[in-house]
Amino acid sequence: MQQFIRQLAQENDFQSTRLLKILRAVQARYFHIPKAAIEQLALILSIPRTQIQNVIEFYSFFHLEPRGKYDILISSSITDLMVGQEELINYFSEKLGVKIGEVRADGVVSLNNTSCTGMCDQSLAGLVNGYALTNLTKSRIDEIVENVNKQLPLEQWSSDLFTVADNIIKPDLLLNQKPTQGEAINATFARGLKETLDEVEKSGLRGRGGAGYTTAWKWKFCSEDEGICDIEAQRQKQRYIICNADEGEPGTFKDRVLLNSYADSVFEGMTVAAAIIGATQGFIYLRGEYLHLYEKLEAILAVRRNANLLGKNILQHGFDFDIEICLGAGAYICGEESALIESLEGKAGIPRNRPPYPVTSGYLGKPTSVNNVETFLAAANIAIHGGDWFANLGTAKSKGTKVLSISGDCAKAGIYEYPFGTTIQTVLDDCGATDVLGVQVGGPSGTFISNDEFERKLAFEDLATGGSFIVFNNSRSILDVVHNFSHFFAHESCGFCTPCRVGTSLLKKQVDKIVEGHGSAGDIVALEELCQLIKNYSHCGLGQTAANPVLTTLERYPELYQNMLKKISYEPGFDLDKSLETARRMAHRDDAAAHLAQVE
Amino acid sequence: MNKSIVIDGKNIPFEDGQTIMQAATAAGVYIPHLCHNPKFTPHGSCKLCTVKVNGRNCSACTFPAAEGQTITNITQELNDDREKITQMLFVEGNHFCPSCEKTGNCNLQAVAYHLGMTDNHFPHFFENREVDASHPDVMIDHNRCIFCTLCVRASQQEDGKNVFSISGRGIEKRLVVNSESGLLKDSDLDVNDCAAHICPTGAILIKRTGYKVPIGQRIYDHSHIDTITLAAEGASHDE
Repeated sequence: MQQFIRQLAQENDFQSTRLLKILRAVQARYFHIPKAAIEQLALILSIPRTQIQNVIEFYSFFHLEPRGKYDILISSSITDLMVGQEELINYFSEKLGVKIGEVRADGVVSLNNTSCTGMCDQSLAGLVNGYALTNLTKSRIDEIVENVNKQLPLEQWSSDLFTVADNIIKPDLLLNQKPTQGEAINATFARGLKETLDEVEKSGLRGRGGAGYTTAWKWKFCSEDEGICDIEAQRQKQRYIICNADEGEPGTFKDRVLLNSYADSVFEGMTVAAAIIGATQGFIYLRGEYLHLYEKLEAILAVRRNANLLGKNILQHGFDFDIEICLGAGAYICGEESALIESLEGKAGIPRNRPPYPVTSGYLGKPTSVNNVETFLAAANIAIHGGDWFANLGTAKSKGTKVLSISGDCAKAGIYEYPFGTTIQTVLDDCGATDVLGVQVGGPSGTFISNDEFERKLAFEDLATGGSFIVFNNSRSILDVVHNFSHFFAHESCGFCTPCRVGTSLLKKQVDKIVEGHGSAGDIVALEELCQLIKNYSHCGLGQTAANPVLTTLERYPELYQNMLKKISYEPGFDLDKSLETARRMAHRDDAAAHLAQVE
Repeated sequence: MNKSIVIDGKNIPFEDGQTIMQAATAAGVYIPHLCHNPKFTPHGSCKLCTVKVNGRNCSACTFPAAEGQTITNITQELNDDREKITQMLFVEGNHFCPSCEKTGNCNLQAVAYHLGMTDNHFPHFFENREVDASHPDVMIDHNRCIFCTLCVRASQQEDGKNVFSISGRGIEKRLVVNSESGLLKDSDLDVNDCAAHICPTGAILIKRTGYKVPIGQRIYDHSHIDTITLAAEGASHDE
């Protein structure tokens, strides 16, 4: 092992910023990160062992204790639950002979739940050793169990198990473009960098991750202190372009499709942005769940290097730029730009204090622009077609189109592109959703809208969304949805600040209490008070939106919550009889007198 | 000094580069806090020092003071919420003040009294946390750790070591020690290190000193934390 680690560190130039990459390789080989590996890495990377320990404990895909040779994770996103996730994972567990969360005694296989893997249009989804599994049914599970028990290498598994369909149902402005390689770069230099930035500004393009910051401004701020668009002047100071492909918002999967089928344009958008702000290095922070895209993207980058679309003196324009792909390791918080930067630096993804913002002090303290995958795709096409081409669509405050990931109760789940300003009803009609109870727009951190609100519009000024669009029909229980989302946020809180660390766990408990029927008068008030506290005092966007599932449904369906409450003034917050289970087991008793009837 | 911000209606002078907390402390205005200590890089995690800057919530310990800021600090709303955040810290760990040797010298307890906290409000987590008594002179009682990282920063920035770190995610966060065994005795912590004395609660204690000062004569027994803090940290700012 010593030699393996040494070589691994060497391949990564002994850079501690590559810690996640190194740990991914160690985890893949030893199914955990052995203690000896931590000690050795601390020594040769010259970082405290506690930094490595922290990274391992922070990211869901790293483990201090061995996982199975086949580590199987099943997505527990709400859309997975809607296709019977609980029953199917129990079936899986039974067939494999391993409890959920555990490793089988022979060490061959382990099974657990995981947060949304970005496959909501092909649920039930999962991962085996990091590679995406889709459309899991009992028969496919049987096939996997057989492969595992035969200890068949993954390469010999039927490729059908790993098929990830794009499901592009409704392309519009952006998804209909198939520019040739280099077209956006050449257009940018032909027009001029400053002029291209003006076009991006004219296009009104705002960040597609959901926050909606004006892209051209971000790029301007990123190079404010020097002459923007002046490559020579900018070369003095290192800057970075980062593509945020950590789409972790449950229900979002558009970036998966954009990177699978539009990667060239995305890379080109990054290259154009780099030329404008004067960056020579770019990164794609690809969520760990999209490991299946890694090799394909590397191959595309290699082709682009060969074609001089990356590297030195790109297309003879006197400008150098290259892109490195960095994989995440299972942490929703890394979608937050400063947490993403921390992660790129080889640390736990904890959002930084702001100011300073990444545009002035980002990766390694240098000015950094972090933009969404879709933003770069739009930017590349704007560079070719100009700002008006884009700005002609949309609303006054939200220009252009938005790519949606539609899943849940609809006939055709998949990718849809709409001009901003489109009504929810139009979207529902297109995707074949009937008998609709409500829609979760923008994922758990967004808004749950009821069927009275379908005339509302997709737009930053009305319903902002990073792209997640989950449809629920009348057979669904809103409280089940809220329950799932509350657990998600408690699991994904980074734990940095008190209101989010403690608050999301308290919120999970409080929602459980009400949903499980142990709530009483006063519990709704307590719930709302807790939500406001988390929302108003949390450090970053995760905490500030973690209470949205409760707040947006409590506002619309207060009676749903009220109906769950017991009519007495005080109800124990837990199941009294159930908590005596350990005592009964220890006393070897199960008679009537050893049970306690809950007071009704 | 001619630039100023307004805190609760009072003009407070500041210099460029100062945070709201620094400006306030220098002017004798107390903003409740636990994870902040002027000697070290601000952390901004406990969120007790949240103030409203032109209507928006900001952490006073990290947010730069700037011309044109109208800030509210001591309001019913902010103090009520600070009390709840303090209660969150109490229920997350296991804090039994009457049996804790830090009582009377504890910032967490003193802030709680200052904010008028009389109960824990939220349900307890009752987490099983350990005690590390391996070191000859210093012990860690993880039950009382609030993840303020003061020991982490003190060790790095004052002692030139790297004894402590916070590991884990979310509610699983925990204080870890930089030694191969993970035990304090195998780290290079010395009893005279700043990190051994900086803990605002009773999580890191010096052995055999707990009751040298009798209850009734302790730091917060006769004065509120605002007075004590301003005297200590105001002086430290002037250094």
